[in-house]
Amino acid sequence: MESNKSAMKLADIKEILRAKVIVGHEDLDQYVTAGTGSDLMSDILRGPTNGAVLLTGLNNIQVIRTAVIAGLKAVVLVRGKQPSPEMIEHALEHKLPLLSTPFTMYSSCGRLFSKGLRGIEQKVSR
Amino acid sequence: MPARDNPQLSKRFKIEPRDFLRAGEVSLQVQRTLKNIGFEEELVRRAAICAYEAEMNVVLHGGDGILTLTVHSEEIVLDVTDDGPGIEDIDLALKEGYSTATPEQREMGFGAGMGLPNIKENADSFEVKSGKGSGTHLMIGLKARKNGGELNV
Repeated sequence: MESNKSAMKLADIKEILRAKVIVGHEDLDQYVTAGTGSDLMSDILRGPTNGAVLLTGLNNIQVIRTAVIAGLKAVVLVRGKQPSPEMIEHALEHKLPLLSTPFTMYSSCGRLFSKGLRGIEQKVSR
Repeated sequence: MPARDNPQLSKRFKIEPRDFLRAGEVSLQVQRTLKNIGFEEELVRRAAICAYEAEMNVVLHGGDGILTLTVHSEEIVLDVTDDGPGIEDIDLALKEGYSTATPEQREMGFGAGMGLPNIKENADSFEVKSGKGSGTHLMIGLKARKNGGELNV
């Protein structure tokens, strides 16, 4: 995965987003291949999401399950949202890194994108 | 689709309507089962997304639901039935962005209107049977490719 130019380490994402790591302290040396952001479950499931990091303002247990189904590598809650104990328990169970950033969705995506993390799109037709 | 031979595995799961605390657990079991059998990652992901969208539809709109996972030598079949209110206009329900989710459900992140379209996108065959008042029956098929070697069914 390191050969993927756009791949980014979770530790770097934590740094760039000044995020708090809630689950996955031991996974910070892992890489994500792309980024995606949505507050709608079915939108999250669209596209080649495996290996990507999800930025979301949704803060419920479905986010964790959706992320696991979609094969996402990590979830970042935006606007400093704090997950419920059930969410943390589920993230631990599925070994899904869970972070929380004080930045808004827009700023979080912009920060990661400007540091080279691409979106999940393969190609966009004009 | 390839002919369906005798199933190598068949599992039935009950889906409870309106149970948002557990919604998605059936699909996670489907995902785990297929992964353990040894199917390739992308196929498992596509099957899990189909199962999840179908399960969520039952939780959101359905009455009692049953998801049956059947593994044939060349096909994975997900059969999902519920005795909910049914779909009045199937063509409309298959349109991207069309949703009948309530405001409360939307607040929880449902209602993108991508449920059935996502199944269509990820399945190799997809059939919907439904009508007002007669429940819904989804038949979803995915061509099974072995991840090298034998499957541990």
